[in-house]
Amino acid sequence: MRNLIVFFYRNANMFLFIILQSFCLYLLFQNNSFHKASFISSSNHFVGNIFTTVNNINEYFHLKETNQKLAEENARLHNINKDAFAFFNKHEYQVNDSVYHLQYKYVTAKIVNNSVNKRNNYLTLDIGSNMGITPEMAVITSDGIVGITKEVSPHYTSVLSVLNKDARISAKIKKSNEYGSLMWEGGDYRYGTLIDIPTHVKLKKGDTITTNSYSAIFPDNIVIGTIDKVYSKSGDNFYTLTVKFTTNLKNITHVYVVKNLLKDEQKKLEEETQKNQNDN
Amino acid sequence: MIIELLKHTGRFFLLLILQLFVLNNIQLSGYINPYLYILFIMMLPFEAPVWIVLLSSFMMGLMIDMFTDTSGLHASVCVFIAYIRKPILRFISPREGYDAAAIPSLSYLGFGWYIWYAGLIVFIHHITFFYLEAFRFTEFFKTLWRALCSGTFTLLFIFIYQYLTLKPQRSGKK
Repeated sequence: MRNLIVFFYRNANMFLFIILQSFCLYLLFQNNSFHKASFISSSNHFVGNIFTTVNNINEYFHLKETNQKLAEENARLHNINKDAFAFFNKHEYQVNDSVYHLQYKYVTAKIVNNSVNKRNNYLTLDIGSNMGITPEMAVITSDGIVGITKEVSPHYTSVLSVLNKDARISAKIKKSNEYGSLMWEGGDYRYGTLIDIPTHVKLKKGDTITTNSYSAIFPDNIVIGTIDKVYSKSGDNFYTLTVKFTTNLKNITHVYVVKNLLKDEQKKLEEETQKNQNDN
Repeated sequence: MIIELLKHTGRFFLLLILQLFVLNNIQLSGYINPYLYILFIMMLPFEAPVWIVLLSSFMMGLMIDMFTDTSGLHASVCVFIAYIRKPILRFISPREGYDAAAIPSLSYLGFGWYIWYAGLIVFIHHITFFYLEAFRFTEFFKTLWRALCSGTFTLLFIFIYQYLTLKPQRSGKK
C-alpha cells in the first residue's frame, strides 16, 4: 500500500497530464452532444458578448461596403417584387401569397465572428432561439450560400461554414439539373469541390452551380458558384469539379437564415416511407 | 514573488487577447495562422513546478477553444507541449545548467540557444495541432505545409516579441 502511494506521488505529474489530456480528447471527439460541453463554445453568452463588442468596433471599417451591398439588394428586390414583401417585424420578412403555400422564411442576422483560414471554420450570429432559429437551417447572403446552423443558444447561433470538413451540401448544375455534393478540401477559401457528377454530363467552365432542396435545408436555386476546373481521377466514373464561390466568405457581415416551414413534414414523410419499406 | 506571478498572469491575458482578436484575423492565402499564445507556456520559469505549467497551459488552451469553437483541440495540444517542455529543456541545456529562477528568453541564453528552444516547441505544437485538426492522412502534405508555414510565422512573431522586450542590461551577458 505504501509503495502504491509512493508510486502515485512520484508520478503525480504524469497522472495529471494523462487526466487533462484525456479530458481534452474527450471534448474533441464527442460529436454532436453539444449540450454536455456548451460552455466551451462560442455560442455561450460570455463569449458571445465579447465577440459582439469587438465586432461593433470592427463594423465601422466595413460600413461603406455593407451599405453599398444593402442598397444594391434593396434595389434588386424592389425591382422584381415591389409589393410582395410585408413588414413582419424588425427582423423577419415573409412573402404573402394566397396561391402558393409559404415555404421559406428569411431572418436577417449579423455575423459577430467569422474565420476562413482554419481547416474547420465556423461563424457566430447575433440571433438565436429567441428568433426561432433551430439547428440545420440554411445560412445565405444575397450573393450565395454561407453554411448551416449548428448550435443555438438564446441569443447566439454558431454556423458550420461551407469551409468545413463536415460540410457536405447537396448541389446541382443549373443547366442540366445533375446533382452532386459540395465539400471543401482546405486551402483557398474561394474554391470548393463538387464531386459525384457523372462523366457523361457536358460541362463548361463558368457554368453555374446552385443548391437543390433534396436535403430540405437549402431552398432550390440558391447560387453557390461557377465551375472553375473539371477533372476526373483515372478509372473513375465521376467528375471532380473545382467551384469558385460567388460569396466572398471573408468579408460578409450580414446574412439571412432560412427557415424551411415544411421541413418537418418532408422529413417525416421520408422517414415513414423508409420504415414502411423495411417492414414489408 | 508576487510581482513575478503578476507578470505571468499579465502575459497570459495579453497573449490571449492578442491571439483572439488580432492574430486569428491574419489570413494569408488560407494557410498561415500564427499561434503566438504558446509563448506564454515557453516563458514560464525554468523551475516552475510541472503541475502549474500543465494547469495554466490547460486553462490557456481552453480559453482559446471557447472563442474559436474548437472544443478541446488547443487545450489538448497545449497540455502536450506543457508536458514535453521539461524534457526539451533538459535536452538542450547548456553545460553549466540553468539559473533556477530565470525565464527562458532570448536575452538570457542568446540567439543560438533560443532558436533551438523556440523552434522545437513551435514546430512540435504546430504539427500536432494541424494534424489533430485535419485528422485524416489524405491531406498529409497539405497539412504539413500549413503547419510549416504557420510555424515559421509564429517563430517570426516570437522573435519580434522577444526583441521588443529585450532588457538592455542583460544583453551583454552570455
